[in-house]
Amino acid sequence: MKIGVFICHCGNNISAAVGVELVARHALRLPGVVCAHTIHHACSEPGQLLIQKCIREKGLNRVVIGACSPRVHEATFQRVLVQAGLNPYLLELANLREQCSWVHEDREAATRKAIDLIDMAVGKVARLQPLLSSKVDVNKRTLVIGGGIAGIQAALDVADSGHEVVLVERTPTIGGNMARMDKVFPTLDCSACILTPKMVELATHPNITLHTYSEVEQVSGFVGNFKVQIRKKARLVDMEKCTGCGACTLKCPIKAPAEFNLGLDKRGAVYIPFPQAVPHIPVIDKSICTYVLKKKCGLCQKICPTDAIAFEQQDEVLEEEFGAIIVATGYELMDWTVYGEYGHGKYKDVITSLQYERILSASGPTGGHIRRPSDGKEPEVIAIIACVGSRDAAHGRPYCSSVCCMYSAKYAMLTREHLPNSRVYIFYMDIRAYSKMYEEFVQRAQEKYGANYVRGRVSKVFERNGRLVLQGADTLLGQPVELEADLVVLAVGITGTASTIALAKKLNISHDEYGFLTESHPKLRPVESSTPGIFIAGACQSPKDIPLTVAQASSAASKVLGLISHDKLETSPLVAEVNIRRCVGCFRCLDVCPFSAIEEQVLRDGSKVARVNPALCQGCGLCSAICPPAAIALSGFTDDQLISQMEGLCSQNPV
Amino acid sequence: MQPEPRIIGFLCHWCSYAGADMAGTSRMKQPASVRIVRLPCTGRINPLLPLKALMDGADGVLISGCHPGDCHYREGNLYARRKLELLHRFLPFVGIEPKRLRYVWVSASEGARWQTIVEEFTQQVRELNQTLEGYPSEGGKASFSNEDNVSSSEDKSF
Repeated sequence: MKIGVFICHCGNNISAAVGVELVARHALRLPGVVCAHTIHHACSEPGQLLIQKCIREKGLNRVVIGACSPRVHEATFQRVLVQAGLNPYLLELANLREQCSWVHEDREAATRKAIDLIDMAVGKVARLQPLLSSKVDVNKRTLVIGGGIAGIQAALDVADSGHEVVLVERTPTIGGNMARMDKVFPTLDCSACILTPKMVELATHPNITLHTYSEVEQVSGFVGNFKVQIRKKARLVDMEKCTGCGACTLKCPIKAPAEFNLGLDKRGAVYIPFPQAVPHIPVIDKSICTYVLKKKCGLCQKICPTDAIAFEQQDEVLEEEFGAIIVATGYELMDWTVYGEYGHGKYKDVITSLQYERILSASGPTGGHIRRPSDGKEPEVIAIIACVGSRDAAHGRPYCSSVCCMYSAKYAMLTREHLPNSRVYIFYMDIRAYSKMYEEFVQRAQEKYGANYVRGRVSKVFERNGRLVLQGADTLLGQPVELEADLVVLAVGITGTASTIALAKKLNISHDEYGFLTESHPKLRPVESSTPGIFIAGACQSPKDIPLTVAQASSAASKVLGLISHDKLETSPLVAEVNIRRCVGCFRCLDVCPFSAIEEQVLRDGSKVARVNPALCQGCGLCSAICPPAAIALSGFTDDQLISQMEGLCSQNPV
Repeated sequence: MQPEPRIIGFLCHWCSYAGADMAGTSRMKQPASVRIVRLPCTGRINPLLPLKALMDGADGVLISGCHPGDCHYREGNLYARRKLELLHRFLPFVGIEPKRLRYVWVSASEGARWQTIVEEFTQQVRELNQTLEGYPSEGGKASFSNEDNVSSSEDKSF
């Protein structure tokens, strides 16, 4: 056994809190260790070369590296071993940075802990065995979940490279939140002009299958070979026969608040969400349609010229296989009615930013004329309150919504264009205009469009003589302000959605407390989820604007292409293995395996033993923990490896 | 002064180990007491592993996995919960205070929660070690009176 130990300074990230030289000297005294070095940056080229040189010259057959978390650089150092001719699984990392030097201030205690961690790593590495990975086929199809701008962009990018894509969208149309917007900053081009052509391109793309009004029901499998159940909810409209003439939507006698217009107007029980919807086919809302509920009416069926209304339609569950999955489920606005100071939602003329987008939009409920919801009058004074539900720890939203500053400036411009005699006030905390052309955009709103920026929070909104009164403070002048306004627009913060959390559970990917999906590494792996083969794009990861969303979607698409450009994929060899001499055939492993990776195998003498299918095994180790005769071992985490790791700690006396 | 207790942490790779890393990247200071063993899943834990750690002289064992429903392997953490609940009840019979074993759930984004748990558990183990002072000890272990076991077995840190 020839073990080499390398302790990384990591600049001074580690050496500032840990006596790395002392740790290295200690390591030399451990059994099997033939060399111990400190390196300034083990992951840099000189560092990697030193490790390789030691492996070759000293004939090392096991390597311990005390550096950052294995979640950061395990793959890097595995490659170093491979280049030096060593099996990559003969490596053990001791986490001296994230879990030691960065969290401890007492240098002596941190050094003692670092020594323990190296003891443990040396204890484990001595028991490691070389492992070989097997190969599995890669399915070339990609599933994109979510049909907003992120999903559309990602799907088009993958499909344009000649691969098959399936896009699943929960609502009856693609387009997402961007379709609701009127004009988008900083260029003020109309959202519909840049989005709807992409929606049509997606729907007509030969490589893309679009499932709207559908949801992902169940996901199993692993990178390269996912099995997904997709529930196509019954539209009650035959998509083959329907021409999208819209006659049914005009005749339907039932009315309900329109989701697309955020409740600003009504739609029928049979409806097309918005004029540019893709597919341009109505859907029947089963929760309110009287024919569905009590077999009365059926007017739509009577007037449909192509007999496309199909009340007998049932939900359909499709089973499909994919190699990669992109999650692009977007965002929603947080529930701002928790803000009692803005009236809990009882004032009709206090509206959200997305509602104001619909009011500004030419295809919106007011046809693009700014009219306030309460009495349909043109407002003279419009107040915009920024940071409602963002940067507000008191309401559990400490993060910035990243787009409110910019769209508040946009609203000032658009409002003044629509109503030149109006006055616009923006109550803000700070202006965050960090991206290309953004600062200029805000300046233009102030200088050319005369937007009145008031720095300070609004503490109260209430009604007086038919107008809304805002009370707050101007913190630059240091005096209280009171403003009478006709319309108050709240720049409501962005949050992850409950449906994304539910989806994350199905996909086994992690999310944070706000419902945003967690990337694998915040800097180096920004579009990869915690599960290999599943990628994330857009505002489901964190609040972001359209340019960033599109960039991230393309990035996720390029990651998918990198994955499916391989015909075969190396699987992790960290899987369970059965020692058939010990196996007694009780098959408790088969009961606990969540992935059905355990099979029965009949030996020549007729006895039955367990066998692990390495392509299905995900390496959780449940079987190994339950096996009564300890016949199943999880490679890389066997009992003797873990015990040896613990003994490395417990056998040592404190320094 | 008492030396800092030595605690073995068994953390699952997907949630809690990442959560402990998150505490590191956020520089959330904590006592230098926990030595972490990385596992794919808490379901991998054979109850003999924490037991062996305690028998061999670890002052405490801290096990952390994904929240229920968030397990990377679907249900490994639930299997772990059953086993560790039993182990918890078993510990008094071999003369180990159950308070030396704690099982928690920490997700990949809960660095602050991990910090709090390390602080609390370290304090809990420190107090247990203090009650040992004056007892004849061998390798950090001593025998306990029966009453201690009964009272501490009521602790449910789950």
